[in-house]
Parts: sequence; structure tokens; C-alpha cells
Amino acid sequence: MSRSTHAFYRAGALIALLGWSLQAPASAQESLAKTAAEMKPYTQQIPGVEVKFDLVPIPAGEFVMGSPATEPKRGEDEGPQHPVAIAPFWMGKYEVTWDEYDLFCFSLDLKKKEREKVDLAGQPDTEKKADAVTRPTPPYADMTFGYGHKNQPAICITHHSAMEYCRWLSEKTGVLYRLPTEAEWEYACRAGSKTAYFFGDDPAGLEEYGWYVENAEKPMPIGKKKPNPWGLYDMHGNVAEWCLDHYVPDFYKQFAGDKPTLEPFAAPSAKEYPYVARGGSWDDDADKLRSAARRSSNLEWSVQDPQRPQSIWWHTDATFVGFRIVRPLNEQEKLKGMKSLVVKGKGTR
Amino acid sequence: MTDPNRRVFLKASTAATAGLGFLGNAHARGNDVIKVGLVGCGGRGSGAADNICEAAGTSYNIKIHALGDVFEDHLKNCREGIKNSPNSKEKYDVADDRCFVGLDAYKKVIEVSDLVILATPPGFRPGHIEAVIKAGKNLFTEKPVAVDGTGIRRVLAAADEAKAKKLAVVAGTQRRHQPGYLESMKRIHEGAIGDVVGGQVYWNQGNIWAHKRQPGWSDVEYQIHNWYHFLWLCGDHFVEQHVHNLDVANWAIGAHPVRAVGMGGRQVPGGPEHGQSYDHFAVDYEYPNEVHVMSMARQIEGCENNVSETIVGSAGRFQSNGYRFSGKDKSRVRVNDGNAYVHEHVHLLESIVSGNPLNELKQVAESTLTAIMGRMSAYTGKAVTWEQALESKLDTFPKHLDIKGSLEEPPLPRPGVTELI
Repeated sequence: MSRSTHAFYRAGALIALLGWSLQAPASAQESLAKTAAEMKPYTQQIPGVEVKFDLVPIPAGEFVMGSPATEPKRGEDEGPQHPVAIAPFWMGKYEVTWDEYDLFCFSLDLKKKEREKVDLAGQPDTEKKADAVTRPTPPYADMTFGYGHKNQPAICITHHSAMEYCRWLSEKTGVLYRLPTEAEWEYACRAGSKTAYFFGDDPAGLEEYGWYVENAEKPMPIGKKKPNPWGLYDMHGNVAEWCLDHYVPDFYKQFAGDKPTLEPFAAPSAKEYPYVARGGSWDDDADKLRSAARRSSNLEWSVQDPQRPQSIWWHTDATFVGFRIVRPLNEQEKLKGMKSLVVKGKGTR
Repeated sequence: MTDPNRRVFLKASTAATAGLGFLGNAHARGNDVIKVGLVGCGGRGSGAADNICEAAGTSYNIKIHALGDVFEDHLKNCREGIKNSPNSKEKYDVADDRCFVGLDAYKKVIEVSDLVILATPPGFRPGHIEAVIKAGKNLFTEKPVAVDGTGIRRVLAAADEAKAKKLAVVAGTQRRHQPGYLESMKRIHEGAIGDVVGGQVYWNQGNIWAHKRQPGWSDVEYQIHNWYHFLWLCGDHFVEQHVHNLDVANWAIGAHPVRAVGMGGRQVPGGPEHGQSYDHFAVDYEYPNEVHVMSMARQIEGCENNVSETIVGSAGRFQSNGYRFSGKDKSRVRVNDGNAYVHEHVHLLESIVSGNPLNELKQVAESTLTAIMGRMSAYTGKAVTWEQALESKLDTFPKHLDIKGSLEEPPLPRPGVTELI
């Protein structure tokens, strides 16, 4: 649990964002915003390569986290509903794709420098630091499982791997990127809605907004369905998305009451399990895609990994998990310097 | 407690063991502890120990009894893992004096165990398999079971001996124990795609690991640490990995190929740590009745990946990804596969205790030789027949192997230049 006093947060400072997602993303200069008012959608170019990704601003605000006891097929872990206050941040418009993730996990950036005979000593500090981030060990077999590559969300990656990708990306761009907290994720998904899904309570609406067991046989290319009101695509379905938090079934209990909690999160630790994945996937029934639905990672996600200790980078059996990233406007104190503490073979499962 | 007289009897000559049929396996009664010994304590060996413990659960009485490895640190890490893993901690019984380090550790492990798991680099497998079967012990052997024809001949002889002795042998070609594959193959053999007329099998993935040489390592220590990139230890990835997919082709067709024409090379310039391994192969396999299977194996980053098998029939096609059948019987096999790495051990333990021993040794030897003949063709550029591969005089295993010894590295194979032996 974390409470901090951020000057930037003013309760009720809800900025209307309608229309933002319809404009063409601004240049990377927009990422220099210092205040909530200056925040605009922008495109982040990954230095040194032709890969870029889009972000949209998510305004500060308050919402009620969790689901009411009356919501069909809700889990016990979705209660009690409690008010939460969120500081402003940008969020990836889409799930992270292989095109982005490959650079990190297969060291494509390093190989390009090698080919181009880049003077490594003469690089900017950002590049030196990014080069120093440990890269994943090669996956066992093919982690795309024949589901495709280009514009497809990265899958089968562990929480640790997603965290380290964010660290690498932050070093490389000089901009702080990380996984969303569970509260940030649900807030962004709801986009002001109080219903089971951001578009209402009837799962039939998923046909327009998300990929799930009824309309997909595999993870699908990003951004093919309609976005939510804040311009985020594939929040319901396609791949379940990692959050920063450890999964704690009764985590909400401590926040019950009328007073909003600012930016709560369950800090990640050296343990490899369980972490939260949100939003449901192509392989899930509709109820698992609800805004409040929580899923936790477990050993089953790596059941076919034949090695011991098992990989800390790849979940051989989690073809349904991916992630999207956020960038806080001003990082809360408790999260500053946060990095994955997982170490292979420490047996902290 | 196992009847000691029966042990003596197990060690008797092959001729005498013909009588075993009436006695059944030493563990057929199911209440004796099966002492499991592990040879090769790396990642896969540690995994196999965990898998057999999970398979045994509360149904089979096993103990992890002895460990052997060339490197002490591997053995220590593995021992810690077994001691602490929820699957195996109840079954951990590895006393200090049953931890054996060195190139001959396997002999000592075999001696004190009832069931031996072999999970060292593949080059050691023929000698290890021979020793396990000779000692009359049950066996779980990882794939592949050899890296050259000389090794395969030893394994095939051991397969016959195991059969005569009624020993159980299961191999690490886990697709043979995977519910989705078992059901799919049943349908293929019942004619769901008509007659099998061809196929394509793939193991295309990104880079594999390579370990740079560390100061203080002898040639032999370095090569064993970096075993993936030396022919005598690994057989190259075409044999080490792709054997799985070739095994599926043999399984579907019900025969081994008669001839192979292949090509391959190293496209990405490697460092010295890449030894003589290739990073890509493509082989055309001819099976009886002019059935052709196209095979590809690649370990290069940033390329199209695919690990799967397609079996083409006269009336349809089977694709292993999603177990999809198209053509006359369009359908998908929908099963929960569970963990095939555990299933294979369940089947092994079942077969030991029921007294109906499984013996997969010939089958896995044939699939391994299938891969070897493809590699031989790619390395030399020549067509290779089954007989040529089987009778090949190529013997890659070093003479007088000494862990602190020196060992020359052969040159990178060159198609059209490298001799077919």
C-alpha cells in the first residue's frame, strides 16, 4: 500500500479527452509535457531503429475499483468496491508487439550496432545503459506458436521479462516506462464507465470491441477492433495484460470506505508468482474480459518448460498473456527505481 | 525391499533371462521402492527428476536415490532443486555417498539404482544406454540417443537386449505421450486423411545458447560445457531438436525414410563458441512408396519461426498446431494436453509396475538415425541411404576421453568437400 502527496494531483481534475484519440499523434516532442494540461497523444520512436509505438494521455481522476456484488460471474477477489484516486499518465494505445519486443529479447538493437560497427564507447549514456540491461535467454522452441509475428502482441513472456523490457526501454529512450499498476489498468479500461465492460453490461458488445473465445482462434493483430472512450485498443481481450502488482486475492479489503486511496499497488517481489494479468484474452469466455476481472499467474503457465530451474523469461504455456506499458507524468515516490527482483534458480516461486 | 536373489538373476546372461517372463519385473508387485538414479544434472536432467516425482505422486513408490554428473556444481544445484521442489522433496533420498562426479559417475549411479534417467549431452548416450541395459535396469533416456551411425548400432543392440530382459525403456520424445498427438495419430492411422502421401516438418527458431570458453577450462571441459556446438556431443541441432518432428513423421507414416538429400550451413558468422555447428538445414526425405517429407531446421534470430508437423494425405491434411484436420474429415482434436514431460514418466512407471514393460528404444533409435542421415547429407552434400547411415563408420566419440585432456576441434563441414564416412 502506498500513499504519497503529489502536488500534481488535484481531486476531481478530470480532463476531457474526447477527440484526442482521433487526432494524429503528435511528435515525440509532446513527450516533454510537464503538466497534465500539456499532455497529448504522442509517438515514441525507439532510438536507432525503425520501430515506434503510440501513447495516449490518461487524465487524473477518481473511480470506484472492483465490481458490485450484483455483477454476473464476478469473482470474490473483485470486492469490496473501493474509491481510488489516480494521477495522470500516458498509456500504450496498443499492446506491445513482437516488433517492439524482439529488439529487446533477441538483442536486435545490439546486433544492428555490431553490423554498423557503431563506436560503443562513444554512444550516449542512454544507449550504454540500455545495452547493459540483461537480455532474455533464448526461448525453448518458438514462442509465437505459429500465431504470427508482425503487428501481433508479444505473448508467453513472464512478468519479470515485461518488467525488464520496460527498464530497457526507459534507459534507451530516457523516458520512464513501466507496467501499469492494477488500479491504473482498471481505471484506464473503464474510461469513466461503471458497467461490466467499458461499453455496457451486455457481452454481445464484445463483437465490436474485443477478441475472445467466440470470435478468435488465436491472438490477433493489434487495433483491429474499436477502441475504448479514451482511445485504448484491445483492453478487453486479445491478450491478457500484465500489471505491476502481485496478485493478492483480498487486496481490496484494506481500502474499504469512502475515502479514496491514492495509487494503491501490491509491490512486486523476488517471487516469480503470482502476478496480475487483466482484461482477458482470445482464449477466454466473455466474463473473463470484464473491466474488474482479475487473473493471477501460476506454475501452470510454464508447465511445458522442460528445464529446471524453469525460465524466468518465458511462460511456455501462456499464449494468452502479453502487456502494454504506461508512462506516469510524475512517478510516485514509492515506485521510483522499481525493478524486477526475480533471480533465476532462487526457488522463490 | 527388492529380493536380492532376483537382482543376481537380473544380472545373469541374456540367455538365462528368457525365464524372466514368468517372474515379471522386480517391481511388478508395486510395493517396492523404485530407486531412481539421474545421470546428467543439467537443466533437462533436473527437469526430468522433477517430472518423474510429479508422475509418481502418491501412486508409485519412488525415491531419487543417486546423482551423477561431470561437473560438481551442476550436481549440487540439481540436488538442492530436488530437495526443495514441492514435487520431489518427499522423494528425495540422495545421500552424500550417492553423489558421483566424473566421466565414470554413470557407472556408479547405475549400480545403485533400479531405474536410470539419462540426460547428459547426447554423445554419451550410446555408452550409457548400453551400461544401463547390461546392468538390467529400467531406463528413461532423453532424446536423441546417439549422434552417429556407430552409436545407433550400439543402441539398437541394447534395444534387443532390453527386450529379451523385459526391461522398460521410455524415451524423451514426449509427443508420443501427448494426448493431442496420440488422438491425432489414431485418426491418421484410421484413414482420416486417406493414404499418407507426404509432409513437412519444421523446427525453425531463434538462436540457441553458446558458452564462451572460460579461463582454466581444459579442451574437454570447455566442449562439454558448450556441448551444443560440437558434433561428438550434440550431433547438431538437426539431430538434437529436430528429432522430435522427424519422429512424428515416422510415426504417421509407420516407417523410416530410405534416402535423404539435404543442405545446410552456417549463415550467421559465429564465434569460436559456435564450434562446428550449422545454423540452418533443409532435407528432402524419401520414404517407401515415393512418399516425400520436407524437413527444415533453423536457429537464426529474426526469421519466420515454426515448430510443427504437417502430414499430407490423399484425402486431407493434418497440422500439429492446434491438431487441425482438413479435407474429408475436417475437425480439430480438442484435448487438454496436460504436461507430456510428466505423462512419459507416468507411462514408464505404469509399465514397470504392471509387468508389461514399454520399450521405445528401437523407435527412438530409428528417429535419431533419421535425423543423423539428414545431417550427414547436409554436411557432405551427398545423398545418404538408410543403409549407409546405419552402417556408417563415422565414430565421433573421442578415444581415451580425459576431463582435463586436450581435444582438437574438427573443421566446419563443407558440402562437396567433407567426406561421407
